[in-house]
Amino acid sequence: MSTIDTWVGRHHERAASLPGAALPWLLRRRADAIARFAELGWPTTRLEPWRHTSLSFLEQHELQAPESAPHPAATLAAVRSEFGDGGHWLVFVDGRFERTLSVLGGLPAGVVCTPLSEALSKHAEAVEAAFGTADEAASPYALNLALCTDGAFVRLARGTALGAPLHLVFIGATGAADTHLRNLIVAEANTEASIIEHHLGGGSTLGTTVTLVHTAQDARITHLKLQQQDATAIHLAQIKAEQARGSYFASHSLSFGARLARNDIHTRFDGEGCETLLNGLYHVDGRRHVDHHTLIEHASPLGISREYYRGLVDDNARGVFSGRIIVAQDAQRTDAVQRCDNLLLSRMAEADARPELEIYADDVKCAHGATVGQMDEDALFYLRTRGIDEIRARQLLTYAFAAEVLDRIALASLRSSARATLLARLPGGALLEELL
Amino acid sequence: MNAQTSTLDPKLDPAPAPASSDDAIGAFLQQEYTAGFETVMESDSLPKGLSEDVIRQISARKGEPEFLLEWRLESYRRWLTMTPPKWAAVQFPPIDFQDIVYYSAPKSKKDGPKSLDEVDPELLRTFEKLGVPLHERARLAGVAVDAVFDSVSVATTFKKELGEHGIIFCSFSEAVKTHPELVRKYLGTVVPPADNFYSALNSAVFSDGSFVFIPKGVKCPMELSTYFRINARDTGQFERTLIIAEEGASVSYLEGCTAPMRDENQLHAAVVELIALDDAKIKYSTVQNWYPGDKDGVGGIYNFVTKRGDCRGARSHISWTQVETGSAITWKYPSVILRGDDSVGDFYSVALTNHRQQADTGTKMIHMGRNTRSTILSKGISAGRGSNTFRGLVKVTPRAEGARNYTQCDSLLVGDRCAAHTFPTIEVRHPSAHVEHEATTSRIGEDQLFYAMQRGISAEDAVSMIVNGFCREVFKELPMEFAVEAQKLLGVSLEGSVG
Repeated sequence: MSTIDTWVGRHHERAASLPGAALPWLLRRRADAIARFAELGWPTTRLEPWRHTSLSFLEQHELQAPESAPHPAATLAAVRSEFGDGGHWLVFVDGRFERTLSVLGGLPAGVVCTPLSEALSKHAEAVEAAFGTADEAASPYALNLALCTDGAFVRLARGTALGAPLHLVFIGATGAADTHLRNLIVAEANTEASIIEHHLGGGSTLGTTVTLVHTAQDARITHLKLQQQDATAIHLAQIKAEQARGSYFASHSLSFGARLARNDIHTRFDGEGCETLLNGLYHVDGRRHVDHHTLIEHASPLGISREYYRGLVDDNARGVFSGRIIVAQDAQRTDAVQRCDNLLLSRMAEADARPELEIYADDVKCAHGATVGQMDEDALFYLRTRGIDEIRARQLLTYAFAAEVLDRIALASLRSSARATLLARLPGGALLEELL
Repeated sequence: MNAQTSTLDPKLDPAPAPASSDDAIGAFLQQEYTAGFETVMESDSLPKGLSEDVIRQISARKGEPEFLLEWRLESYRRWLTMTPPKWAAVQFPPIDFQDIVYYSAPKSKKDGPKSLDEVDPELLRTFEKLGVPLHERARLAGVAVDAVFDSVSVATTFKKELGEHGIIFCSFSEAVKTHPELVRKYLGTVVPPADNFYSALNSAVFSDGSFVFIPKGVKCPMELSTYFRINARDTGQFERTLIIAEEGASVSYLEGCTAPMRDENQLHAAVVELIALDDAKIKYSTVQNWYPGDKDGVGGIYNFVTKRGDCRGARSHISWTQVETGSAITWKYPSVILRGDDSVGDFYSVALTNHRQQADTGTKMIHMGRNTRSTILSKGISAGRGSNTFRGLVKVTPRAEGARNYTQCDSLLVGDRCAAHTFPTIEVRHPSAHVEHEATTSRIGEDQLFYAMQRGISAEDAVSMIVNGFCREVFKELPMEFAVEAQKLLGVSLEGSVG
């Protein structure tokens, strides 16, 4: 069972063994967080932000560590073969840092990349400042704070850049029925980095992940998340960025796995001239459910935001997108574009979209659009006149629809790896690869 | 009861009679709100408050059949268990539902008016100021008017001509007496009493409204129109409108609303139900100009309305057109249930908020039949400190093969203290559906303003012109005389928003 009381009980059981148990500030925040979780409970459809995704079933849900799973080293090897051996790799298995699998390589001076469990002692003050609180968090993320065991702590000192991407690999193996990870990314002024989260395995466990990003003036952070968990896993994740003047934050979310995946992506412009790109692709089949819930807060003038999501929904699956853009009264000369397009691939598939604009300033340019539909019959016909059979033509168009999202990934090596991952997941992908 | 000596229906009961003529019209016509006057006449009201007794009294005064009283009481009991909705993007202090007069009717004498000359001149003057073409002018304008003065209809014209076609167009209370079987068959079938808090309240206490029945195959020869007025102080108005178009019938219905100027907020919770059977077409147009409150947001009408159409038959068509310029708070979502195969639903809306007005409006299109189509076109204009929200739902159910929806909602911002929000929801459960949503938000372009002004047009006129252009696609859906009125209203409502 996974009732509220069970979780409160687990918090008491584990509190002493969680990292940072000796830090008074952390103990206090964890206590506040579990209290908030106990008060709110699992979100139900009665809450507006969870209208299309209820977690109330978790009350009755039995969580179990997988009985068997591929060895984490094998899982990791597969990912590394796709993304190349370069870059820096921090690997976490069942919510704990795995030193033997991690490869950090030579980090530039001024760049800190370390598991959170270690950062709590080595960089206590910086961690405290970046750790966040559960004050306004939705209940799953409050639970994350209360129970988080590890994650990555990344700090880029002023003017530094991470030449090669940093990979954070989270593998669910046989060791835990629930995992809670918290990543903190602190980018000081004029820094640049690409960070990739891989979520793999997981059996029928519950995993919560919170990634907090602080970008100082003119920092440029690209975050890519590749979620390919087992089709029985429950994946609840929050990505939250706070942007200072002139900074750039991109979030690419590719969601392919998990029985239920929810991504809450939130960025706030605290200074003038910030820019953000929220880009996402999801593919769900079977009876699975994926939900992207985004919020862009234009709190300062001259901000630019671009948001593009695309979904492929097959079988009895359900794809949900809900995006909100808030333009505050002082955020004049804001330029915001939001789009969400869905392709329904089966009779029983369902797609829900809620593109929302909330505008309090007058000198703004905001546009949003959403579509739900099936394949363009004209395009299909065109391909068939060129001698491509219908099945192949459909596969080709499906791929083309999805690949547009990948084209927005700036880093070429990441783009091609992401494309390979997509092809491997799509029906007929191997044949398509020959065609392309 | 009386001989048919005029276009006024003499059977109307209770009919208004000449009242004391010593009072002049409270004539503080103000520029911003030209309909802000109050007609002083005796009225027959129940005391403030709501209870089962009040409902029994309303029902008794209207001489209603037993089934309707039961229906009201059942609705009231459901209402008691409900709480006011909080999700809308509007802010107002809680309403004291015991501080409202639920029934108010002009005093009647047994011998009702035999002709228009006998109708209370005060009353006629009120309508005249609003420009309702009540008597001969009505014939010229080709409009049949069922005028609602507070809670009781006082005049119905053209009934004879409509009667020749078999069309029933009368006040709701009259329909209850003359056609109880129709009322019983259709009432509450589109908006069930427990649909929401305000519809439950309306079902319990509704006082009057319009009833339209277009029989099989009949095309209504003229546009039907109702003018609602809120008059007596502290009275909430709870109209109930029911329009039924049988197989192959069609009708265009106009609703206009104005209310006199007041300091206290008044509640208006109407329910409108439209039913279109096979091949029927109903076009429902509204120009809503209730008192919006003054510049600082004091006073004004709370307009919490449930409007819903049911395309019950195949190839039926329901079209909502609304121009919302009034009310302190508007909370209104005219919707269409596309149940019949090949049925069509339209929603065209202009909502303007100025000063401290708040509007949370939009529509729901529920696609249930095959090859159903819907169009949503919404234009929101926010000026001053106004707040304007579009909230919509397009739902395609698993059976709705070939459903098609196109939604466009644009917002125009005038001034830097206003707000414009767009909250659409799309839920699609059939792969053959095509659902598109487009929205833009922008302000009036400096270039456009400059161009107009360097041609010698004042800033205010230029804004009014640009706004009218922005709304053109919606205005062209309105019947002609309404379109003219709507354009004027926009100009008046925007006064004081530039500079």
